[in-house]
Amino acid sequence: MIEIKGLYKTFGSKEILNDINLTFEGGKTNLIIGQSGSGKTVLMKCAVGLENPSKGEILYSGRPFTHASLEEKMSIRKEIGMVFQGGALFDSMTVEENVAFPLRMFTKMPKSELEDRVNFCLNRVNLPQAHAKFPAEISGGMKKRVAIARAIALNPKYLFFDEPNSGLDPKTSLVIDALIQEITEEYNTVTVVNTHDMNSVLEIGDHIAFIYQGKLIWTGDSKSIVDAQIPEVRDFVFASPLMKKIFKSG
Amino acid sequence: MNFFENFGRYCLLVFRTFKQPGRNKFFREQFFKELEALGLGSIGIIAIISLFMGAVIAIQMAANIDNPLIPRETIGYATRESVFLEFSSTVVALILAGKVGSSIASEIGTMRVTEQIDALEIMGVNSAGYLILPKITASLVINPILTLMSMFLGVFGGYLACMLTGMLDTSSYLTGLLFDFRPFNVVYSIIKSIVFAFIITSISAYRGYYVEGGSREVGENSTKAVVNASIAILFWNLILTRILLL
Repeated sequence: MIEIKGLYKTFGSKEILNDINLTFEGGKTNLIIGQSGSGKTVLMKCAVGLENPSKGEILYSGRPFTHASLEEKMSIRKEIGMVFQGGALFDSMTVEENVAFPLRMFTKMPKSELEDRVNFCLNRVNLPQAHAKFPAEISGGMKKRVAIARAIALNPKYLFFDEPNSGLDPKTSLVIDALIQEITEEYNTVTVVNTHDMNSVLEIGDHIAFIYQGKLIWTGDSKSIVDAQIPEVRDFVFASPLMKKIFKSG
Repeated sequence: MNFFENFGRYCLLVFRTFKQPGRNKFFREQFFKELEALGLGSIGIIAIISLFMGAVIAIQMAANIDNPLIPRETIGYATRESVFLEFSSTVVALILAGKVGSSIASEIGTMRVTEQIDALEIMGVNSAGYLILPKITASLVINPILTLMSMFLGVFGGYLACMLTGMLDTSSYLTGLLFDFRPFNVVYSIIKSIVFAFIITSISAYRGYYVEGGSREVGENSTKAVVNASIAILFWNLILTRILLL
């Protein structure tokens, strides 16, 4: 479980996050949604320690993270897997080396066991044939899948996805969404997904937090979001005419 | 950001680089990769520049020493002193600041803007130790070797100039070359090359590590890396010369 308590973040005089209180539970896909510039990326960066909150606390299974020492943070981070918007694959390494990187860095696995684990992770994301390719040689969707394979290599307890569907076609987005949900249920991870893709919201949103201008204004799930009465949430959910049509026709 | 803020952040980054070096296996792998990239990749340019500079220095000496009271062997002597004392350490370091410095800054800067450094941090890897330490250590090892190579090729360039132009017979050049040889001058040059190696790699890495923005900012910071490293080299050249030679 990840608990966010009274989180504030300011850049200079600009307030980005204002008193965020949230709990992300294991075995569920927890979505942070909101318009561009609402502060959801900053919230995720604070949660994983890439930004320091101005005020507040983040707890990983009861362990304080925000004010922990660098060593304690490093130790918690070894339990975190993160998939970045662009994949953030190491471009000087092959797909196989990218997935093997955390295993080689943090375990003393024998070579054969390491190869088995890499194969397992790549098969898990349906990429059994891409081992020797470099990130520049594969598509955006494949990059995301390699990034997921790398993120799950060490069996993380906490998985973060930053805009996993950005730049992907609708079909590939569905594949990525399905993968996120399957992995979450399979490994009982605390999965946090930062998105503004309504398809993802409706497909995999077990627990949804809506951020508006740095404030948490609504929480719920994929079923209740379409009935939310808060105007900002309705504006977001029914921003596209297609969504309006679908829900009007019942 | 003013000079003092930059300097403070630079010191903290250097401290972090050496604080947690990461696993030996990774360090060794990266170290040898960097030796190849920073060292072997620079041999060609250093060789060409050293040969030509040595030749030019010898020709300029020959053109300016026309007093019959000054022995012609002075050409070899002066060429050696110029090459050993200043050219092979300082000028080569300035060239490397351009070649290696911009490459380090743009490589690390690109990793920053494409979130590869964030990915390392999230995994619990000390990104500074993993990325920068092998570059610094490889540079500390390879730069003195490049400097020694440059010394040899510089005086050899002078020898070739004498041989090809006939401005001085090669035996006189060699006599001048060996006249009043002080081994400490080589040590002085090596010490400078080690300090310059640290300056080039650490400043360039700092500039790349803290890039914010996109490809434009990566380019800007690569330029800043070269400028900052060059100024630091000239400054430390003065300090070290004062300390070691006077």
